[in-house]
Amino acid sequence: MVNIIELLEKAGLKGRGGAGFPTSDKWQTVLNTKSDMKYIVVNGAEGEPGVAKDHFILKNYLETVVEGVKIGLKTIDNSRGYIYLKKEYLAEFGDKLSELIKGLPVELFEKKGGYLSGEETTLCNVIEGRSKEPRVKPPYPCTVGIHGCPTLVNNVETWYHIAKISKGEYKKSRFYTISGEAKNPGVYEMDENCSIDKILKDTDNYPNFDFFVQSGGGMAGEILLSNELKEQGPSASSGQGAIVIYNKDHTDGKELIESWVDFFYAENCDKCTPCREGIYRIREMFRSKKFDQQTLNDIFFVLEKTSLCSLGKAIAVPIKSYYKKIGL
Amino acid sequence: MKIIINGKEYDTKSGQSILNVLQENKINVPALCFHPDLCVKANCRLCLVEIEGRDGLYTSCSTKAEENMVILTESASVVRARKTNLELIFAQHREQCKDCIYRFNCELLRLAKKYEVKIDKFVDRKTDFPVYKFGNTIKFDSSKCIDCGNCIEACHKQTVNYLEKREQNHIFEVLPTKDPTKNCTFCGQCLVHCAVGAIEAIGEFEDIEKPLLKKNMGKKVVFMIAPSIRTTIGEEFGMPVGSIVTGKLVSSIKKLGADYVLDVNVGADFTTTEEAKELVEKIKNKEGVCLSSCCPAWVRFVECNYPEFKKNIATTRPPHIIMGGLVKSFFADKIGVKPEDIITVSVMPCTAKKYEITREEYLIPSAGSGQVRPVDFVLTTREIAYLLHKHKIDLSKMEDMDFDNMMGEASGAGDIYGVSGGVLEAAMRNAKEDIKGPIKATFVAGLGEARKILEELKKDPSKYDAVEVMACEGGCIGGGGQSVPTNKEIRALRAAGLRKIDEGKTVKRPKDNPIVKEIYECLLKDEETIKKYCHANN
Repeated sequence: MVNIIELLEKAGLKGRGGAGFPTSDKWQTVLNTKSDMKYIVVNGAEGEPGVAKDHFILKNYLETVVEGVKIGLKTIDNSRGYIYLKKEYLAEFGDKLSELIKGLPVELFEKKGGYLSGEETTLCNVIEGRSKEPRVKPPYPCTVGIHGCPTLVNNVETWYHIAKISKGEYKKSRFYTISGEAKNPGVYEMDENCSIDKILKDTDNYPNFDFFVQSGGGMAGEILLSNELKEQGPSASSGQGAIVIYNKDHTDGKELIESWVDFFYAENCDKCTPCREGIYRIREMFRSKKFDQQTLNDIFFVLEKTSLCSLGKAIAVPIKSYYKKIGL
Repeated sequence: MKIIINGKEYDTKSGQSILNVLQENKINVPALCFHPDLCVKANCRLCLVEIEGRDGLYTSCSTKAEENMVILTESASVVRARKTNLELIFAQHREQCKDCIYRFNCELLRLAKKYEVKIDKFVDRKTDFPVYKFGNTIKFDSSKCIDCGNCIEACHKQTVNYLEKREQNHIFEVLPTKDPTKNCTFCGQCLVHCAVGAIEAIGEFEDIEKPLLKKNMGKKVVFMIAPSIRTTIGEEFGMPVGSIVTGKLVSSIKKLGADYVLDVNVGADFTTTEEAKELVEKIKNKEGVCLSSCCPAWVRFVECNYPEFKKNIATTRPPHIIMGGLVKSFFADKIGVKPEDIITVSVMPCTAKKYEITREEYLIPSAGSGQVRPVDFVLTTREIAYLLHKHKIDLSKMEDMDFDNMMGEASGAGDIYGVSGGVLEAAMRNAKEDIKGPIKATFVAGLGEARKILEELKKDPSKYDAVEVMACEGGCIGGGGQSVPTNKEIRALRAAGLRKIDEGKTVKRPKDNPIVKEIYECLLKDEETIKKYCHANN
C-alpha cells in the first residue's frame, strides 16, 4: 500500500480550513498517538461570510470527499468518522451522503452554534455536547480530541485534495470564493499560488472601478489594495481562499468595520477577557464614534497577543489593515 | 530540569505548568481564574508571560515549563497586556468595595495599584445587571461578575449544575439555570470560589446586627459556635491558617454584647447519641443504609435529586438545631428566662444552615400552643468576622475566655464534626459496643462524590450500612460560609486544628459525658420528648 502520509507530505498539502497547518503532520500525530479509539472528522462548518467553497465541493465532488474519508479510516487505526456539517449543508447533502457512507463507521453530525463551532477544539466540544467554546491548547485534538481520543479534523476541501493526492490527480489547486462587487461571483478552482490579480482577471472579475479586496475570509481577512494583488504565494492563498471585492468610492469604511465588529461580537464565545470585553469596547467606540487611538491600539494588542483562540486574534487583522491602507 | 525566570535560574520538575513553578518560587503573577481546586480554564488572561524565541504571550497556567525555557513575567509587553486586560476586567466589575467579602484582601485592587490601572477607564457595562437570590441563603450580584467561570465549575463539580453560562443579547453570562429540575443546594461553593466577591450570603453585610438589636427589646441573646469556626476565623484577623482560637472567639462575641456563648459541640453530643442509636436500630431491623443528616446542602441534594433515598436520611437533628432546642428549654429553665425571651444565634461555617433553620420539621414546642424555631439566626464565619471588625474588636488580640458552662462541656466527638468523616467517627465511638459484627460504613465530602455513592446504592442497596456526607470539600472546614480563599492546603490545616482539639480532650464521646446524662435524665426523659427535640418531626 502506498503510504498516504508520505504522499501528503510530498504534495505539501496544507489544511484548507484557514490555519494552513501541514496536513501530513496532523495525520502523523494522530497515527503516532496510541489509543483504542480515534476519530476522523470532515469539517464542513463553513461559518464565515464570503466563503462558499465547501458548499461548492460538497455539491460537485461529494464522492471524492467520501473517498478521502475512506482513506482516513483505512490509514488511522481504530478510527470512526464524523461528517460535521452546518444545518443547511446537512439538509442539502444528508441523503446522498448517507448513501455514500453506508456500511462505514461514519456518522453525520449537525453543527450547533455559529462561526466559532468550526474551530477544531470547539468542534470537539460540540460533538461531545459540551459548551460551544474553544479548549485550551495544547493539547491539540490530534492527541486529545473528541472524548479525549486522538482526533483528525480536516476541512471539506482538505479531504477532497487528500483523495486527489492518493489518486495522483492533485494539481496543487485550491478553491477560491469570489464575492462582493464582482461581475462573475462564484467558486473557482485554480492554482494555489495564483496571485489575486490573476484570479480576478482569469475569472473575468477584475473591476473597472477603484477597488480593494478582503482576502482570506469575508470577516477575518486582510484588506489588500488593487496595487497589492500581483504578489504570488501564501498571502494570496491565505485563510479560506475568499476574495471579497469592494468599490472604494462607494464603501463606507465605518459601516464596513462595524459589520465586522458586529459579526465577531455575536459569534465569539465570551470565554476570555480580551475577546469578550475588547470586542465589546471596540464596538462601543465605533457605535458612539468616540475613538481613543491609544485605547484602541491597546485593545488590538491584547486581542492579538493574549486571546485564547484564533477568533480574537483574527479581528484585529481586517480593522488594522483597513486603517493602515484606507483610513477612516 | 532548569528554567530561567527573569534572569534567574530555577530547578523544576517536568510536567509542571509555568504558573506552578512561579507560585512555588513565590514569583507573583496575577491569576484570577486559576484556582487550585478547579481545572485550568485560562480565560482571565492575566498570568501572561513572555517566552524567549516564541511569538505572542502565553498564559502561564496553561503552558508547561520546558527545559531551558527563558521566561519574563514583567516585560514591557506583558505589563502592557496585563494592564489592558485588567482595565477590561474592571469595565465589567462594578466596584462596591465597602461590602465585599474581599474588602481586606482584594486581589483586583492590589493589581490595579501595582499596574497603575485606571479602574474607571471604561463605563461599567454591567451597571444595570440584576442580583439573583438563591433561596434565603446566597445572592449573586451579576454586576460584579468577571465571567471567570469558577462558580460554574464549582457548581458542576458538585453535580448540582444550577449555575450555567447562557447567551443574552449576544453576550454569554453566568446565570442561574431555568431548568426546574436543577436546584441550588445552597452549599456556597460558588461563593468561596468566586474570584471577585460577586457572590455573598444573603444579609452578609446588612443583617448581621439584627440579633444584637434584639437585646434592646429585652431579649437574652445566646450565641452558639459550630465546631469548625474555632480553627478558621483566625484567618479573618491575619492569624496563621489553622490557629485554634476558641477562647478568643468566646471573649470577642461576649464583647459584642452576647449574653451567653455556648458550644454547639454540646449539641453535637446529642446528635451523635441519637444518630448512633438510629444506626444501631437500622442495622438491627435491616432498614437499609443510614445516611447522615447534619449537612443541609446534602439533605437538600437528596431531596431534589434522589427522593427515593429520603427515607434513609437519619431523622436526628443537626447539632445546632438540637442545641437551640435545649437552650430554649433546659437552659432557659436553668437561667430563669422565658423561652420566648431567648434569641439563639448560630455561628456556622455554612450558607445552607441559613436555609436549614427555616425547615418546619425542626420546630420545637413553645409555651403556647404553637411551635418555634430552635435557631433564630445564622451568621457565617465571614459574617461574624465582619461584625467584629465593624465593632473594632480584634479577635487576635483578645484574652481567652471559656464557653458559658451551664450546658457543660462537650466531648471530643463534637470537635471533629467539622471535618469530613468526623460525624461518622463520632457515631462509631458511641455505638461501638452496640454493633455486632463489622459494618459497612463510608464517608465522602463533595456532592459529586456523594452522587457516586447514591448511584452505587441504587445498584446495590446493601453496599453500605452507613454513609456520612458533607457537601463541601474537606467537610465544614471547607464550607460556603468560611473565610476566603480556600484550597486543599488551607483545608488540611483547618482540619488539623480540629483534630488537635479532639486529641486534647479526655472525654471522647457523649456516652462518657456527664451533661449528656444529666439532660437525658431531666429533660429528654421519654421517647416522645426526645423525638420533639432531637429528631425531625415529619
